[in-house]
Amino acid sequence: MARNILSRGVGKSRSGVSTLQRQKLLFVFIGLTPILVIYGVTRIWPIIRTFYLSLFDSDLVTPEKQFIGIDNYTALLDDDSFKQAFLNTTLFAVGTVVASVILGLALSLILTQFIPRSGLYQLIYFLPFVMPIVPVAIVWRWIYDPSYGLLNWFLSWFGIAKQAFLFYPETGLWAIVVMNVWKVVGYNMVILIVGIRNIPTLYNEAAEIDGAGRFGVLRYITIPLLKPVILFVLVVTTIGAYNVFTSVYVMTQSTTASGNSIKILVGEIYDNGFRYSKMGYASSEAVILFVVVLALTLLQFRFVRSDT
Amino acid sequence: MATVEINEKSGNMVGVNGNSRFRRELWWRLPLHVILIIGAGLMLLPFIWMIATSFKPPSEVVAWPPTFIPQSPTLENYGKVFELMPFARYFLNSLIVTLVCMVTICLTSSLAGYIFGIFRFPLRNFFFIVILATAIVPFETYMIPLYLLMKDLKSINSFQGIMAPYFIMSFGIFFMRQNYIAFLPEELLDAARIDGAGEWKIYWRIVLPLSSSALAALAIYAFINVWAAFIWPLLVVNTSDLKTIELALAGFQTAYTVEYGPLMAGSVISLLPILAIFIVLRRQIIESVAMTGMK
Repeated sequence: MARNILSRGVGKSRSGVSTLQRQKLLFVFIGLTPILVIYGVTRIWPIIRTFYLSLFDSDLVTPEKQFIGIDNYTALLDDDSFKQAFLNTTLFAVGTVVASVILGLALSLILTQFIPRSGLYQLIYFLPFVMPIVPVAIVWRWIYDPSYGLLNWFLSWFGIAKQAFLFYPETGLWAIVVMNVWKVVGYNMVILIVGIRNIPTLYNEAAEIDGAGRFGVLRYITIPLLKPVILFVLVVTTIGAYNVFTSVYVMTQSTTASGNSIKILVGEIYDNGFRYSKMGYASSEAVILFVVVLALTLLQFRFVRSDT
Repeated sequence: MATVEINEKSGNMVGVNGNSRFRRELWWRLPLHVILIIGAGLMLLPFIWMIATSFKPPSEVVAWPPTFIPQSPTLENYGKVFELMPFARYFLNSLIVTLVCMVTICLTSSLAGYIFGIFRFPLRNFFFIVILATAIVPFETYMIPLYLLMKDLKSINSFQGIMAPYFIMSFGIFFMRQNYIAFLPEELLDAARIDGAGEWKIYWRIVLPLSSSALAALAIYAFINVWAAFIWPLLVVNTSDLKTIELALAGFQTAYTVEYGPLMAGSVISLLPILAIFIVLRRQIIESVAMTGMK
């Protein structure tokens, strides 16, 4: 089909194309060219160059100073900082995904199955998701404050001494996971509610006629039919968590033990690329991030295909 | 693409079927409401805490035990945040960047979506698949070459440098394309052509107005996203006068002593545009976010 269009557009003599057709093609050409050019320059070319750049040694002036093949990648394997970042980011993603998908699923089921007029709840639970991350991270940092923070006050009711949650990477990572769950759970809830809404009521009714109770319908109709949506939410949340940067940057700048900050993938890319001018090395880290995201996306496509 | 139905009567944004399903199991609801209300309180707590702190005098900010309702409420933090830094300038910078990108995203998305959705032309599928395939690549993976490009174009520390990655949103193109395929009657376009309207006139006078509600949803989505942008402005802005509000807030709190009073006041101000949009257009926001979940 595509070939057919192609040959009609290019191969045939110009006389075969009507004025109207020519006007349409002219519109397409004038309209699409600038968009494709901008997209190519600001998106496609940088993506390609990331791969290219990852094969080079760089310095402050020349990012492509010397071709070194896959040396950057082999160096990554010996880079404790990178390995720690990869581990932390993975933990961060797993923590965020497990908590936010379970909570999101519970909320979406409760709000669609048990609570009529749940609009206000949906609104409130969704609110953090649309809020910009910087002010949100700042107020969470204030909540986690070691001396005057709200969380320490809350814990003091139970006789727990004041904690510096963000000071040590071990606790800091999980403190930021909690914030991230708070932020994304509403998104998961909304997507899952839409998914539940898209299940034809016919199925529910049929199951109820067959004597399935509320939980039987949940167990045998809603959840199985919701699987592709759950998977979508899982993958989107995981990808989002792997790209974490701003919250960690804002919440741990100058709060952590020195030289002991929470290492994450994008933070490594940022540090190597823009603090130490090792653009090539940072690009190889970016490629690893890309591979993770690609694998997750393919996983989702694969499962959605085989499921439906 | 499924659209999100909004059930106005039952007050749901993402509507739920009629109330008949809820008749039984009334006893279930009370404990569930208790849990949901506690949860909702936790969701709102950081915002309440932010607002409360912003109205406290310095001595009360660090009071122990903390107070939820300011004992001696004051506006001094709101004045101070404008004294400590050119906060109005930062707010304006954010507004300029966000609005320009929002309009550009709407234009490029609708034009490309219209062309990809309605017209047949050579290499159409090829271009579309390229956009589709590159849409999933996270920004953080290609920001280094983009930065180098901006450096070559002498666009570091410039508005066009900050805006460059946000002129085209691949998701916007898919969204508008789906919308045109589903809702744009081609007979109408042909009728206009017979009446002698040029293609650009058709686009401006028929296609754009007909898709105004989809464009509104996209505009909101774009506004929220660009307003919150952080890592890219962090890279391309090194001068004080081009800082966006997000950069300014993050920079302010890494200073030696964090003054949470003014910082919370600044944070509240930075949330106001988003909060205003959220309150006025909450249904469209949920809709526009829900549509990202449609494949």
